[in-house]
Amino acid sequence: MESLSNKKKVLEVKPLNFMERAYLPAIIGGLATTMKHFFRKPVTISYPEEKREFSENFRGMHSLKRDENGKERCTACGLCALSCPAEAITMVAAERQKGEENLYREEKYAAVYEINMLRCIFCGLCEEACPKEAIYLDGDIVPADYLRKDFIYGKDKLVEAPLNQ
Amino acid sequence: MGLDLIFRIVLIVIIFAISLVVAMYSTYAERKIAAFFQDRIGPNRAGPWGLLQPLADGGKMFLKEEIIPTNATPFLFIVGPSLAILTACIGSAVIPWGQKMVIGGHTVDLQVTDINVGVLYIFGVVSLGVYGVMIGGWASNNKYSLLGAIRAASQNISYEISMGLSIIALLMLTGTLSLKEIAEQQHGWNWNVLHQPLGFLIFIVCAFAETNRTPFDLPECETELVGGYHTEYSSMKLGFYLFAEYINMFISSAVMATLYWGGYNYPGMDWVLAHTGPAIGPLIGTVVLFAKIFLFIFFFMWVRWTIPRFRYDQLMDLGWKILIPLAIGNIVLTGVVSTVLKHFGF
Repeated sequence: MESLSNKKKVLEVKPLNFMERAYLPAIIGGLATTMKHFFRKPVTISYPEEKREFSENFRGMHSLKRDENGKERCTACGLCALSCPAEAITMVAAERQKGEENLYREEKYAAVYEINMLRCIFCGLCEEACPKEAIYLDGDIVPADYLRKDFIYGKDKLVEAPLNQ
Repeated sequence: MGLDLIFRIVLIVIIFAISLVVAMYSTYAERKIAAFFQDRIGPNRAGPWGLLQPLADGGKMFLKEEIIPTNATPFLFIVGPSLAILTACIGSAVIPWGQKMVIGGHTVDLQVTDINVGVLYIFGVVSLGVYGVMIGGWASNNKYSLLGAIRAASQNISYEISMGLSIIALLMLTGTLSLKEIAEQQHGWNWNVLHQPLGFLIFIVCAFAETNRTPFDLPECETELVGGYHTEYSSMKLGFYLFAEYINMFISSAVMATLYWGGYNYPGMDWVLAHTGPAIGPLIGTVVLFAKIFLFIFFFMWVRWTIPRFRYDQLMDLGWKILIPLAIGNIVLTGVVSTVLKHFGF
């Protein structure tokens, strides 16, 4: 039958000639190849001390942003949780009280905001869905841990550090 | 006599310590060199550049749980690794490490014992070495161990023949079995490898097979036999097997350096000896010998990280159909050439 791709290549098995059967020329060639590698610069990155440079659009750990006055931008609208294909995000909304205007930008804010890092697939749909530019996946790799419950990151780990402090 | 005995005991202790330290650091060198060949860094966590790695490995080996399988033969199971390490260590007794040293009027021989059948002694010890592997594999009561042990035995027997034949050609030239005399004959530049290149080639291939190193590491072939003859071994007994392999490598490098690459001889050694005196001069020869040994050990590792393992039938083909006829041809060639040269008065 004619093959569809028409990329057929007939291989013929030739008997080895004397030089090939003598092993040694091939072995010397191999030794030369490995010796070339011996003097090559190692490609290893010693991980905890050195880190591989991330590409510019690398998506790492999430951070909840603050605005220019240091107020939290998130209004707990829930669009990120809705857009999340892995259902990793949950939140509890609360109303801003008097005297908290310097903490939260709008009247509603997220009292609890949790991301399960074991569920998250780092697709970035939450940052695309966010109308307030409050969440970005601009952090580092999520560090290893021992217990599953410790991978549920709350606001203590997610919210950006306050300004001027 | 008493002083001589003390010197000798000191020498034995030093050589024993050196072979153990060299074997220890061969494990480190192996890992480091493997890493360099593969564009990696290698062990670098224990101490500066990972130099304490062998100590960490040794400590780990000692502290691991000692397991003797229920159906193993306990006595033979322990005898196996003991025999392996014992035969590996006693091979160094006949190797001449340097010329005679003169310290404060005393002549010190840098060789534990100069027996007149030194080469035969080495061969005897090497043949005994396979019993350690054989007994250990048999006593484990495990099919993989047994297969590894049988492979080790048949491989060693096959390659010992061509090794012996390659040595015969060398002995036809040297006319002596004493390693000391063979080393003395190669004074300066007159190294045996220049007279016996083919013999050396056969010898080094057989040395790879005898020490169970890649490309002939079928007795411990991980891909087919789990761990080969040491599958059931744990703790320091496994450590002894691995250690024995590295000591064997050290000793066979020393033997190759002594038999073929001039031992402690180097060009211009008379001049150096005359200028440094009889106490320091021979030590430089010893350093040269060790440099040669380390080059051979490096070569062992270089080959290990280059050439894949032979298939079993290829191994046997190479041993019986290629190396033995080649070695016999080498004997004939050596005999004819040396007779002709003698006839014409060279």
